[in-house]
Amino acid sequence: MAEEIKKHRPPPDPNSAKYKLGQIAAKAYSDAQAAKDRGEPVGWCASNFPVEIPETLGLAVVYPENQAAGIAARGGGARLCEEAEGDGYSNDICAYARISLAYAKLKSAPEQDVPMPDFVLCCNNICNCMIKWYENLARELNIPMIMIDIPFNPDYEVSDEQLAYVRAQFWDAIHQLEKLTGKKWSDEKYKEVMEYSGRTSRAWLAATATARYTPSPFNGFDLLNHMAVMVTARGKKEAAEAMETLLKEYEDNHEKGVSTFRAEEKYRIMFEGIACWPWLRVTSTGLKSRGINMVTTIYADAFGFIYKDFDDMCRAYCKVPNAINLEFSRDKRVKLCKDNHVEGLLVHTNRSCKLWSGFMYEMSRQIGEACDIPVASFDGDQADPRNFSEAQYDTRVQGLMEIMEANKEVG
Amino acid sequence: MFTLGVDIGSTTSKCAVLEDGASLTVTSIAVGGMGTRGPQEALDAVLAQAGLTLNDIASVVATGYGRARCPWTELQASELTCHALGAHMVFPGVRTVIDIGGQDAKVIALNGQGRMKSFLMNDKCAAGTGRFLDVMASVLQIPVEELGRRALRSEHPSAVSSTCTVFAESEVISQLANGVDLDDLAAGICASVAARTAALAKRLGVVPPLCMSGGVARNAGVRAALESALGAPVLTSELAQLLGAVGAALYAYRKQH
Repeated sequence: MAEEIKKHRPPPDPNSAKYKLGQIAAKAYSDAQAAKDRGEPVGWCASNFPVEIPETLGLAVVYPENQAAGIAARGGGARLCEEAEGDGYSNDICAYARISLAYAKLKSAPEQDVPMPDFVLCCNNICNCMIKWYENLARELNIPMIMIDIPFNPDYEVSDEQLAYVRAQFWDAIHQLEKLTGKKWSDEKYKEVMEYSGRTSRAWLAATATARYTPSPFNGFDLLNHMAVMVTARGKKEAAEAMETLLKEYEDNHEKGVSTFRAEEKYRIMFEGIACWPWLRVTSTGLKSRGINMVTTIYADAFGFIYKDFDDMCRAYCKVPNAINLEFSRDKRVKLCKDNHVEGLLVHTNRSCKLWSGFMYEMSRQIGEACDIPVASFDGDQADPRNFSEAQYDTRVQGLMEIMEANKEVG
Repeated sequence: MFTLGVDIGSTTSKCAVLEDGASLTVTSIAVGGMGTRGPQEALDAVLAQAGLTLNDIASVVATGYGRARCPWTELQASELTCHALGAHMVFPGVRTVIDIGGQDAKVIALNGQGRMKSFLMNDKCAAGTGRFLDVMASVLQIPVEELGRRALRSEHPSAVSSTCTVFAESEVISQLANGVDLDDLAAGICASVAARTAALAKRLGVVPPLCMSGGVARNAGVRAALESALGAPVLTSELAQLLGAVGAALYAYRKQH
């Protein structure tokens, strides 16, 4: 009888970026819970809200989008989505919103608990669905909502008028939070946070840019895990240090000719859209088993913010990927494809995200033409597992691979 | 040298044997796709017709949704590549292939040499696929094969939704209850499939000549509605449903060389 051999996993190296980043991501939740336990006010915060504001004020916040992704990745997405649908929310609404609204009612989920909020911080530079989602949270929980409105930008640059409009709102949010929590804004502390945020972002963007090497020193799916720190902790010293470790590891991998992509890298693609969290392993395996490495995605780069002062920070938040026009969005992606020698584009038509999926038909066509690469798209969802079919995904990925293979054969 | 292509779809299984990558020897179709006896029956039939055994076949390639679970080979290719190859073999020079099968619809763009350049597939709903036609034929209580013939006789096609199979089914039931002519309903149903597929084709870019493959290619009503929606003739062949299997056999041959 064959003896069962259990795989021995070495203990994680506490000096590795993976370990450090995992600890920071986990600590973001435990720190918020500890603050709550001490009786301090805790906020729920939109992922592209200027994190520098709560960080400078010393306020603990957690990120419902990050929590929803965690719940979905650990198998709780359908349960919470159905809970919200039972309360009357349409299943056409963003699954992150449904999960968050269900959690606000249940106040518990074994996949990822968070402390209940005393206020919510909303910024619509990521989407406008977020406004109604946060309004409902504020109403259901009877707590204040602080809203920053960042208009969709039809131009490439941020106008002085838009800057003035957004800057005033940033200060208004700061003053509201000071009044609400008794915390005080400190320019010195802000300067420190800005420096850490800049260091973290520079290291993160430099790490993702090592995909320019062939083979890439990392598996692109690693970025999806590491970016949790970019969302939740980019203004912290530990985050800056961990990201610098990550960059060094990727540069070292390149020097040694190794990679965290555990297969021969035959093809290099860009992945478009939010990860399909409930089916992360399936979507990753479907690529890796064919030697396809997802070397770049705008989704990861979206959370790198580099600026030199307060006004520049306002501009940076006006230029996040979901707040800019199709042409500017396309140009950013075309640059990523060209810089990283991408051979194909895989588009996640994310049923949760009307904004991201709506313009993707046209944008992916333009990217395909500009880079002369094949494009394939698949139906899925960032958090609702019911909107995905493995067989349909597999056929599309195989078709994409076959075109890339044929392209290589003809040179 | 003989090569075998096996196309295990959602509703049928198809086999084709090629000699030296050029001469189509025999084909077979069996009812029943993935997870049924269909693949075995199709294989038995094609080998019996050819007077061959599996040992006589130099290479087997599986395609279709059941390709990963084909018991006779580990070599597989997507139905996209196989329909493109099969279509190019039967219609040399074809630039756009429209394949409507049991559970999906695809539009494939080929370059001048018959190589797949790009493709688009339907999204998650069954509207616009063969399954949609099965459901509608069942509502009308007619064999699915009759839909196309009836559609061609219609003078006033009814309007049927192309967004969702369930919406469309409700519409057809109420129109049936209101006494709408069966031929007009059949034409509306065929036009609904054609409209959805035509939108897909227009997104990819329609470059003639066009051909149609897959089981739905046998439906003259859908073909006619597609030609009208696209403003171009759509070629088809008796082999339309078999083009995936033919392409798989050709793929097997090319991989040997």
